Amino acid sequence: MKTHNQKAWFFVLPVLFLVAFNALVPMMTVVNYSVQETFGNNLFFWQGLDWFENILRSDRFHAALGRQFLFTGLILLIEVPLGIAIALSMPRKGVWVSVCLVAMALPMLIPWNVVGAMWNIFTLPKIGLAGYFLNDVLGVNYNMTQDPVAAWVTIIVMDAWHWTSLVVLLSYAGLVSIPEAYYQAAKTDGASNWSIFRYIQLPKMKTVLTIAILLRFMDSFNIYTEPFVLTGGGPGNSTTLLSIDLVKIALGQFDLGPAAAMSLIYFAITLLVSWLFYTLMNKDNLN
Amino acid sequence: MQKRHIVPVLYILFLMLPIYWLVAMSFKTTGEILSGFSLFPQTWTLDNYRTIFTDPTWYWGYINSILYVSINTVISMVVALPAAYAFSRYNFLGDKHLFFWLLTNRMAPAAVFALPFFQLYSAVGLFDTHIAVALAHCLFNIPLAVWILEGFMQSIPKELDETAYVDGYSFPRFFITIFVPTIKAGVGVAAFFCFMFSWVELLLAKTLTAVAAKPIAATMTKTASSAGYELGLLAAAGTLTIIPGAIVIYFVRNYIARGFAMGRV
Repeated sequence: MKTHNQKAWFFVLPVLFLVAFNALVPMMTVVNYSVQETFGNNLFFWQGLDWFENILRSDRFHAALGRQFLFTGLILLIEVPLGIAIALSMPRKGVWVSVCLVAMALPMLIPWNVVGAMWNIFTLPKIGLAGYFLNDVLGVNYNMTQDPVAAWVTIIVMDAWHWTSLVVLLSYAGLVSIPEAYYQAAKTDGASNWSIFRYIQLPKMKTVLTIAILLRFMDSFNIYTEPFVLTGGGPGNSTTLLSIDLVKIALGQFDLGPAAAMSLIYFAITLLVSWLFYTLMNKDNLN
Repeated sequence: MQKRHIVPVLYILFLMLPIYWLVAMSFKTTGEILSGFSLFPQTWTLDNYRTIFTDPTWYWGYINSILYVSINTVISMVVALPAAYAFSRYNFLGDKHLFFWLLTNRMAPAAVFALPFFQLYSAVGLFDTHIAVALAHCLFNIPLAVWILEGFMQSIPKELDETAYVDGYSFPRFFITIFVPTIKAGVGVAAFFCFMFSWVELLLAKTLTAVAAKPIAATMTKTASSAGYELGLLAAAGTLTIIPGAIVIYFVRNYIARGFAMGRV
């Protein structure tokens, strides 16, 4: 039971101040840019909602948004089932548990641009392990700097390599919280492996899986550094995800107005989907 | 070994392959790398590492990264502990909205903030300092730390607080000598996550620094693009960025999952 106490606000004030400094001031700057046009020299002209209309109607934005949803969708479809499957087959006791946990968490602790650089070195034709193996041993014509399909496969495999462990660790934490007695009861009833999974393991993993999906959604939807270092958005525009396109507009072309409007639309989409997940998650907790 | 254990074994092998390749590359000479494929380094060389440890632009990159990551972790933990306590123990006006608002900052694409952050930190005169990066990373690390700590604190019964007050403890004394030690696993995990997300983030760190506080990751991007194809050097620098993570992860291995679940397992 929690008690009502308005003085608790004093405890959250430092957090509020620090986060607000970092969140509100830049956000206001973005809002400010999004309704103005500038020709340099700090001259700004009121533009109203034109940038928003332009962005929402531009084919370029639609294409980048489409690629972004495709990427995030594929990531969730691959990483969530794979993560659950790996967690189910992991050992539950003994030294191997620690070995598994440390080895699996390792990719998540590598700086994101190093992940991109590492996969670049790994997939270089003739020089990289994967590039050499695919081209010269298996005879597949693999070159991700020229072939959009190869580039897509590479960024998806890279992300699966980088983040599947998150789903594994969370599912595993859910699994080990199931008391042994549940399994014994299931055994006595002669339950199949599938029904054990469906009626005992899956319900126990529900909360952690919601968190895993929420985190994977947010992070893959906002992904920038890894694919940028690996493919630079190419070949052509084939792997130009939303944030790569945004940085191109903002820092490459210095079109501050359109970039700001696009940022706000982008943020609104992330917020909306995440809010849906968050509401679902809290509903689960109440039940 | 049971048959089903083949799955995690294969998975870990898959995880280790690119890492192995990075480490192997770091011990090869540029000549060997460009001359073609070799599974193991033919002529082992430490030249790549020697360059990093003797060239100040390289090793200062590491020092800078470690400095701002440490400052960020300390700031985040100091402010997040009392806030998480307030969220876990009290109802107050707007608490749920505030909590969700904090969470939304974890969702904002960093790309959105790159330019405004540059302008903000230039305006307050902190551009190219460690404290600027440390403060900027608070944007996503403080909400995360509050979230994780609140989860851990919820599992501590309120009777602990009440008993301490009955025994005549003042709030600060109770908080520091009893409460924080009780959730030390949570504190460790939250600190680990602050360390981790500050260590792996590059976009903001790169935007907010030029020379004096430049992170190692930014030094690497510059090498990759400007100095031609020094893959061996790049691989050595990459290998060195994995080591701090590998060390800290060992200490929190049993709590990582609980941390990712924001203390809610």
